[in-house]
Amino acid sequence: MARTTTERKAIRSLVWLLVIIIALIAANGASVLFNNGQWTPKLALDLEGGTQITLSPQLSSGEAVTAEQLERAVAIIRQRVDASGVSEAEINTQGNQNIVVSIPGEPDDETRERISSSAKLEFRPVLVADLPSNSTIGEEGAEDPTTDPSASPSAEPSAEPSADPTAEPTPSASPTDASDLAWITPELQEQFDTFDCATVNAIGANVAPADEPLITCEQDGSIKYILGPVEVAGERIADARAGLISSQTGVTTNEWGVFMEFDAEGTAQFRAVTERLVALVGVQNQFAIVLDGSVISAPRTISAITDGRPQISGNFTEESALTLADQLKFGALPIGFEIQSSENISATLGVSQLQSGIIAGIVGLILVAFYAFFQYRALGGVVLASLIVAGIVTYLIITYLSNQQGFRLSLAGVAGLVISIGVIADSFIVYFERIRDELRDGRSVDGAVEAGWKRAWRTILISDVINFLAAAVLFVLAVGNVRGFAFTLGITTIVDLIVVALFTHPLMQLLARTRFFGSGHPLSGLDPQALGAVYRGRAQFRAPVGVTSTKVASSSREAQKRQTIAERKAAESSGEGKGSR
Amino acid sequence: MSKLTQFGNDLYTGQRSFDFVGRRNTWYIIAAVFVLLAIGLTALRGGFVFGIEFRGGSEFRVQSTSVVEQGTASATAIADEAVASVVPGANPRASIVGGDSVRVQTEQLTPAQTEEVRAALAEAYGVAESDVSSSFIGATWGADITRQAIIALVVFLLLASLVLAVYFRTWKMSLAAIIALFHDLIITAGVYGVFGLEITPAAVIGFLTILGYSLYDTVVVFDKVRENTSEDGVESRRTFAQSVNLAVNQTLVRSINTSIVAVLPTASILFIGSLLLGAGTLRDIALALTVGTIVGTYSSIFLAAPLYVHLRQNEPELKKQGTRPRVARTESGAVR
Repeated sequence: MARTTTERKAIRSLVWLLVIIIALIAANGASVLFNNGQWTPKLALDLEGGTQITLSPQLSSGEAVTAEQLERAVAIIRQRVDASGVSEAEINTQGNQNIVVSIPGEPDDETRERISSSAKLEFRPVLVADLPSNSTIGEEGAEDPTTDPSASPSAEPSAEPSADPTAEPTPSASPTDASDLAWITPELQEQFDTFDCATVNAIGANVAPADEPLITCEQDGSIKYILGPVEVAGERIADARAGLISSQTGVTTNEWGVFMEFDAEGTAQFRAVTERLVALVGVQNQFAIVLDGSVISAPRTISAITDGRPQISGNFTEESALTLADQLKFGALPIGFEIQSSENISATLGVSQLQSGIIAGIVGLILVAFYAFFQYRALGGVVLASLIVAGIVTYLIITYLSNQQGFRLSLAGVAGLVISIGVIADSFIVYFERIRDELRDGRSVDGAVEAGWKRAWRTILISDVINFLAAAVLFVLAVGNVRGFAFTLGITTIVDLIVVALFTHPLMQLLARTRFFGSGHPLSGLDPQALGAVYRGRAQFRAPVGVTSTKVASSSREAQKRQTIAERKAAESSGEGKGSR
Repeated sequence: MSKLTQFGNDLYTGQRSFDFVGRRNTWYIIAAVFVLLAIGLTALRGGFVFGIEFRGGSEFRVQSTSVVEQGTASATAIADEAVASVVPGANPRASIVGGDSVRVQTEQLTPAQTEEVRAALAEAYGVAESDVSSSFIGATWGADITRQAIIALVVFLLLASLVLAVYFRTWKMSLAAIIALFHDLIITAGVYGVFGLEITPAAVIGFLTILGYSLYDTVVVFDKVRENTSEDGVESRRTFAQSVNLAVNQTLVRSINTSIVAVLPTASILFIGSLLLGAGTLRDIALALTVGTIVGTYSSIFLAAPLYVHLRQNEPELKKQGTRPRVARTESGAVR
């Protein structure tokens, strides 16, 4: 009876393993069919070739980046990279503070600039513009957004601050507010006159300190501006969305607009600004929204916004409204970033690295198998089979995660996989040595398999917990390709547990019933004689030929009962040997 | 059956026994000497040699060039010339890696210079530009990795000590295991320091992996120790130290086997990595791991177990153990 239950349990475990494997194959198949997945794991840049740029936040000491800030930054950088037309770019956070941008192939300088340029969304009052705006900023019910190009085509002549002609960067007649034309020094004026809008995007770093005026252009290069110092920072925007504007009577018009919402501080700042601007005339009434150094919108102010919920209206299409809303919402990188490292790996180097990794894995596997056969004879076959099953499960899991979670196998990850061969094989050794210990104590083979398993499982479990802990800590805290390594190491630790419990152990249970292993054939690796079993002379070590399996079962069960006493004696005798020393 | 099996049998029954615990002072001295050597020689050499990731700079790799066959001197001279043609005074360091690749490291270059140097190198070595890879690394990159690595180390040590203390139900095992772990880390790092090998982020990964591995090995030994010592109880005829020693002997074959099996793949990465690719991610991870695994096995047996005995030997309960049975036997034959 005992035998059938053990056997049934063993088979049930193996069926479970099969179910897991089939489920993984099905999951992968599903992502191949419906999700553009593939049957092989995606490769990281160091294996595939490409460019990896690491951006680190520019922080003053003691400052830390919050996860939220980092997430926002990733969203913004993703937008920028996508905008540059690069497909399949990967943008991830790393080590809770860096951002890694991985781009296949080699990015042009423009893309590189775009990624690293410190995006700042800021609100600056317009001092001078060579064309007035055709959009307005107001609260409720947009005013007629008709453009009146005749208003003041060029504000330059009057903008000259007569106060002082010296070429000092800051005017000595200090401006009273951000809209004060005293900001414009002759030097600035000269810069403005010679400023070429075409250079704004090319440089991409058209930034001025927040407390100084800025010369820039509309994003499309159509309008040139001199802007006052920053009055509201982009971070103050709590939300922005595009929508159809409704009139004061609540009727939805067909006109698209952008709705913003400031946080408390932004609301106060924005109120102060709009209260001032609404009283001004000409371009000075305009308010420029600057992103990455160029003006994305410069609406006229038609009313003071007191509740921090302005709306921008104008000649928006649905698309342009959505774009502006997105820019407002995600435009401000909460922190500046600088390129910390940039690595370009040729595809050929990647291929040869991958090949070396695979060769190392195969060689490692063969060496381990050889050693296992040498040490454990036929049990080496169990080691090899278990490693192959572990390999299949690991491969399927990694491919699945690669399809679903965007995991990419890096060189360090490959190293982790190869190293895991040893770690996984270690569990089998712990198990086999336990079985051998039990055999030495005089148990029958199938008894030893059971007793050995109980003890080995605890050891395997705790050591895998420690290993997994190391992998998890590394994954969460470490930066760089440490993560890829920790990831594969962590996965293989779990796979180790699955395989040893659902494959190796049940296989051993079944093998222990075979004559070859059960009788401890010299080549089985479980020969009690060779193991110097303390308790000898019992027939159960050599199952008599021709005895039916039920008899073997009952006799071995009987033997087990008796063994407990014998074992105790044996243990005692060995204990005595020790004690008397 | 192999000799090792017979050896294992003898160890298991106690027929043959190594006095790991008894001669612990010897092992302590050996460990101390190695640790001091690792620290001292590294200091004498002028500290660790850090890779470009820690210093900052630009690196180029020329893949599959036939120029290497003409000898190292000419291959590096070509690099000097090519780099100098773009950036005079860039002071490049060229070295042959693997069979047919050249690695050129320079000070930090601008993106434009990097492109030019790449083109110059491709031309000089007669390969396509796609076979030249370039990387630029800011000096803070390595510092970042190091800081995170140290945080990871501390967090791991705390968590691992806690898990071990809970699992073994004694903080002393946990402490002994952690001390042995430090021993492993210092000696592995020492190998880099003493031989002047470059410490790269990949090597740091290797160090961190030793954490898990070193403890893994110690756990296997300690599990048997706990089994033996808890079976003994107060009525044991063995002293506590003898129980621990028996456990270490009984797990010796297992330790040797697991270590060999763990080292085989890392060694094959090390060998194949350095043979085919030269210095690089694979070699750097594998080198630290191979050394760490071997040292980790040694320390589990020679350091962790004796330390554990050391930590517990003065417990009054254990002091009585091993003396009591003898008394009992002479008197009534019954204990207590």
